[in-house]
Amino acid sequence: MQEFANQLCENRQFGFKMTDSKYFTTTKKGEIFELKAELNSDKKEKKKEAVKKVIASMTVGKDVSALFPDVVNCMQTDNLELKKLVYLYLMNYAKSQPDMAIMAVNTFVKDCEDPNPLIRALAVRTMGCIRVDKITEYLCEPLRKCLKDEDPYVRKTAAVCVAKLHDINAQLVEDQGFLDTLKDLISDSNPMVVANAVAALSEIAESHPNSNLLDLNPQTINKLLTALNECTEWGQIFILDCLANYTPRDDRESQSICERVTPRLSHANSAVVLSAVKVLMKFMEMLPKDLDYYGTLLKKLAPPLVTLLSAEPELQYVALRNINLIVQRRPEILKHEMKVFFVKYNDPIYVKLEKLDIMIRLASQANIAQVLAELKEYATEVDVDFVRKAVRAIGRCAIKVEQSAERCVSTLLDLIQTKVNYVVQEAIVVIKDIFRKYPNKYESVIGTLCENLDSLDEPEARAAMIWIVGEYAERIDNADELLESFLEGFHDESTQVQLQLLTAIVKLFLKKPTETQELVQQVLSLATQDSDNPDLRDRGYIYWRLLSTDPVAAKEVVLAEKPLISEETDLIEPTLLEELICHIGTLASVYHKPPSAFVEGSRGVQHKRLAGSAGSGESVESPDAGSAAGASEAPPAVIPSQGDLLGDLLNLDLTPPTTAGPPPPPSSGMQMGAMDLLGGGLDSLLGGDLGGSPAMGAGFAAPPAAMPASFSAPVSSGLDDLFDLGGGVGMPMGAYSPPKTVWLPAMKAKGLEISGTFARRAGVIQMEMTLTNKAMSVMTDFAIQFNRNSFGLAPAGPLQVLSPLSPNQSIEVTLPLNTVGPVMKMDPLNNLQVAVKNNIDVFYFSCQYPISMLFVEDGKMERQVFLATWKDIPNDNESQFQIKDCHLSSDASSSKLQGSNIFTIAKRTVEGQDMLYQSMKLTNGIWLLAELRVQTGNPNYTSATVSVPDGLCLAFQTDHLGASLLPSLQSDHGFICNSLCFLPFKLLSLSVTQLSCLKIQFHICSLYSSHSLT
Amino acid sequence: MIHSLFLVNASGDIFLEKHWKSVVSRSVCDYFFEAQERATEPENVPPVISTPHHYLISVLRHRIYFVAVIQSEVPPLFVIEFLHRVVDTFQDYFGVCTEAAIKDNVVVVYELLEEMLDNGFPLATESNILKELIKPPTILRTMVNTITGSTNVGEQLPTGQLSVVPWRRTGVKYTNNEAYFDVVEEIDAIIDKSGSTITAEIQGVIDACVKLTGMPDLTLSFMNPRLLDDVSFHPCVRFKRWEAERILSFIPPDGNFRLLSYHVSSQNLVAIPVYVKHNITFREGSSQGRFDLTLGPKQTMGKAVESVLVSSQLPRGVLNASLNPSQGTYTFDPVTKLLTWDVGKINPQKLPSLKGTMSLQAGASKPDENPTINIQFKIQQMAISGLKVNRLDMYGEKYKPFKGIKYMTKAGKFQVRT
Repeated sequence: MQEFANQLCENRQFGFKMTDSKYFTTTKKGEIFELKAELNSDKKEKKKEAVKKVIASMTVGKDVSALFPDVVNCMQTDNLELKKLVYLYLMNYAKSQPDMAIMAVNTFVKDCEDPNPLIRALAVRTMGCIRVDKITEYLCEPLRKCLKDEDPYVRKTAAVCVAKLHDINAQLVEDQGFLDTLKDLISDSNPMVVANAVAALSEIAESHPNSNLLDLNPQTINKLLTALNECTEWGQIFILDCLANYTPRDDRESQSICERVTPRLSHANSAVVLSAVKVLMKFMEMLPKDLDYYGTLLKKLAPPLVTLLSAEPELQYVALRNINLIVQRRPEILKHEMKVFFVKYNDPIYVKLEKLDIMIRLASQANIAQVLAELKEYATEVDVDFVRKAVRAIGRCAIKVEQSAERCVSTLLDLIQTKVNYVVQEAIVVIKDIFRKYPNKYESVIGTLCENLDSLDEPEARAAMIWIVGEYAERIDNADELLESFLEGFHDESTQVQLQLLTAIVKLFLKKPTETQELVQQVLSLATQDSDNPDLRDRGYIYWRLLSTDPVAAKEVVLAEKPLISEETDLIEPTLLEELICHIGTLASVYHKPPSAFVEGSRGVQHKRLAGSAGSGESVESPDAGSAAGASEAPPAVIPSQGDLLGDLLNLDLTPPTTAGPPPPPSSGMQMGAMDLLGGGLDSLLGGDLGGSPAMGAGFAAPPAAMPASFSAPVSSGLDDLFDLGGGVGMPMGAYSPPKTVWLPAMKAKGLEISGTFARRAGVIQMEMTLTNKAMSVMTDFAIQFNRNSFGLAPAGPLQVLSPLSPNQSIEVTLPLNTVGPVMKMDPLNNLQVAVKNNIDVFYFSCQYPISMLFVEDGKMERQVFLATWKDIPNDNESQFQIKDCHLSSDASSSKLQGSNIFTIAKRTVEGQDMLYQSMKLTNGIWLLAELRVQTGNPNYTSATVSVPDGLCLAFQTDHLGASLLPSLQSDHGFICNSLCFLPFKLLSLSVTQLSCLKIQFHICSLYSSHSLT
Repeated sequence: MIHSLFLVNASGDIFLEKHWKSVVSRSVCDYFFEAQERATEPENVPPVISTPHHYLISVLRHRIYFVAVIQSEVPPLFVIEFLHRVVDTFQDYFGVCTEAAIKDNVVVVYELLEEMLDNGFPLATESNILKELIKPPTILRTMVNTITGSTNVGEQLPTGQLSVVPWRRTGVKYTNNEAYFDVVEEIDAIIDKSGSTITAEIQGVIDACVKLTGMPDLTLSFMNPRLLDDVSFHPCVRFKRWEAERILSFIPPDGNFRLLSYHVSSQNLVAIPVYVKHNITFREGSSQGRFDLTLGPKQTMGKAVESVLVSSQLPRGVLNASLNPSQGTYTFDPVTKLLTWDVGKINPQKLPSLKGTMSLQAGASKPDENPTINIQFKIQQMAISGLKVNRLDMYGEKYKPFKGIKYMTKAGKFQVRT
């Protein structure tokens, strides 16, 4: 009954017209039998009608696969339409009926020999679409013939068929040599065949990133350019995209290609235009800027881009995304075309937003008045998203064009007066940025802003407002009340607002300490005790600690001068931009992401760089680069200062001997903190010392060398404890390896942070690094290079970073080193200058390796030799060194040191002291001898200073014994190794520069050490 | 390349699917439907949507979404251009491109799609080639086919496919040889409150209808070719000739085609043919608003402004409008708040006006947004840019063709802010 109703319904719908819709009425189960009968009918006409019905059912997604044998039986026919229909059916269902599909093979093979090229082409085309292994085997021979067919129509169809076959069975295509045939087709006389061959090769190349399928040379380029003029619009797209991969040899070739591509800018097909723009943008890089042609080309690029904007909205959208890139790279092209980006009220929202973005990028002093008038107009539109973005754009204008700032601010104030909630919130967010860009200029508007405090319900706007209140607390009379009102619902706020509130209140406290103590205590306790958010807690503790130990320092930290923000913040990173310019017109350019970051199937896209700037990418390979970089790169002074903040933090966590870990100090701690706050801290604050006394200032900004050891010590010991744990289990005899330190802070390297250490494992020196991506975009293509150094350290292999490093991801890398690199004396001797490259830039840093890395495994000297050599060392080459707080017995020291390839040759006990005689050998064959004296009875043996028998050691001490390294001297493992680092430097430096087999020997013990030169 | 195509109607049903490689499940369209749901207006669906394994590129034409599925890096413009070509082909074949027309001709549609793409690579997209391969359905042919059992698929290799002039078939014969050219210009403009022009530009096209026997070689020259500095040509136009002599030289396709499209940007002075005097105001605290609109001709070179249609999206707070047109008729849709006024021809002696009041929701505050006025109009026998064809010559054939040229100016996106 139901079925009948359906039938009625459908009949009524299509009204029994003489159209294909009648086929839709015959797809119910019972009808399959009917169709079967019709398909096997003797009458040709009935057969054809039946096949049409089958196809109609298929197109609407109904399953008619049961009819497979019957349909295939209709294939042997002279009727071209029937044949085509059957082919259509076959393509759809062969996969589900592979055995049946074999039945069709014979007909295909026969059709490939047909005198009619249309049939030949159709057969080879259809065969390629049948994704069944058994069929593809039969396809090879016909395909080979068709690739060499006399008719270009067949050849061009066959070219595409190779790509199809490759998709099904890549190995088969390679084995059969189809790829070479395809390459030959690039030189075909028919432009359509060339275009299809290029398209097929490009598609195949996508799954073979490293193959040289499209090996472009001037000859092939010439052929492509010739074909470009004659083939269809689609072929032109394929050829242009292929041309874009070519790197011209010189500017003349570049210019001649540009000249031949330029006419494509006048094509009616926008995809052709954009592909031509890509080629021109890329090859333009190679042209000298003073060339007349360069200017001509720039002028020629503008009109086609503008024309794209009069097309359908979908085309406009893609065009706008690409224009966004072009404008960033070469703003001069469209600088006079601002008006075409003005928004029409009935543009789709996605077009509106893109236009707005480009308007900001093109905004300049010359056109800012116009732009602002437009933006103000947009801010009164209906669409909320668009209005918000327009308001934001006004703020960006203010930041970008300084002369307009005042007008922007007054425009924003006008908008705030409208009291439209989301407009007000956006306006406040951007005004915050304007305050930061132009400090002390527009603060008069704060009053107006404060009036709108209650209407803010979005986190970003609330955070912005709180920031303003905190920053200008001294100008707002009731700042404390305002902030207090926010504090009431502290737990319901988003993290962004909580963090901002915490900072703002601390700022307020530092500015008006007398009235706001309660408030600051309240917020600190909220942040540290009642919050589960680690960021908030950590920030709370930092402030707490700062305020309790040194309020003046706190002031300098919290109220420090803020770096100015610039309009550059929203620009795409230059390297990514360069890559995207090479991919204009692709999906990558629409998403503004590197092509490797997405699209399945592009299993490794070669990274394209603009030709002109390729030099910067290569510089890491040149040997001079390192030294040049080294010169500009002082041993990073940032590190200790960062370290001490870190130390402070860790100290905080480590001092209380609780094992529970994270839980914050109990309330008594809170009490103490509070007392602390009110005690010494406040005294100095209230003592009128607000400017920061010189002494205090110095204390805060002390040079790293003077950093008191006391607080660093627990840090490293804490870490060492951890390390000991690992070492104790994994490798009892393991060499000492210092904990990782930050070598390259993220702010210096566009978001790449590198921390690392050195270790010697199984005789191999290893550089162990943690690479962290703190930028917004993916990093790839890492490589590393060392400058020449004292011991010829060089990477033994490439830096193995296999997968791209996505934002906020860290990766551990171990780089084996050898010592066969070029040698140059460094100062300090163990200094190593490193260049690291990634897809963004090349970065330089220097680090120091512990000298113990260089102690080789066969450093055990024979007793006799040792004795003889020991005596030969003159006294003035002796250096003494003392180690405090060493808790090890002589035996334990001995075995520990052996882990670092410091071998004990002999031991004797004199007057309750253990004397260890030790030897070690450096990678360059230099021997070192040492005497270690351990006072067994007194493990906490402390003696104040290092005794300095000659002037040399004094130099070391001042040069190298930075306070930052004292902690490692005191740690149990590293003590000897690290002291070794410092003592022999001057001496070694004499020898390595000469690179002879000079033997330097030196001698160290707990009370004194000696070294000598033979 | 292009993997699959789904056709989706306004209510979100897939009514046709076509796969050129392996079959992609319909479920991929769920991502599209999500985006469709999020979009406030049908035209706001983003044209490029990413899904975990595919990308969906869509165009909206004739209230049908054409959703292409791609899997690897393919230039999106290529896909969009192709989809537009599909739409144009359907329209060419079936007269209209609607869901009903496509369903009525589903087999032809399928055959066409199969001819247009091979493995995702465009194969034959020129309408004259397609028409040789697959005959467009006509009532007569359907009847004949049904009776005689003949087919609507061509038996021969389409000749144009491989010639140097793929856009023209050989052996064309007409008894009346004629070549007509229409110069059609559309003005896009934004006029601000005070009546000054913010941006104005002209999108011009020359559409041709050429029915000439044999292989004619035409040249078309202009009185003022310097106007045309931003042009896109049909592939038949010889670019070098244009560069050197500013003459359009071409072997035309047979039938209708777009010879040239051009763009006259705002740098050159664009004449604005109409002006609008408007006064749309709301008073705070009153539930009434005033509406007052007068149209007048501006720079029309003495030609009449016809088929004028004014439309405006009034603020959401407007409940109804009671207006009085001096000529023509107006409608106000209280649901969409769209006001349209069909003015007709502007008489310079008696300017058309529309005056009256709008009623607002009682107690509602004054609307924030200012309605924009959209104007459509036509001016016959004039190209507003001043472009003029000088002469048309034919070479290569002996007969004398009948030649004609027509000019027209229309409003494109012509918007007046209030």
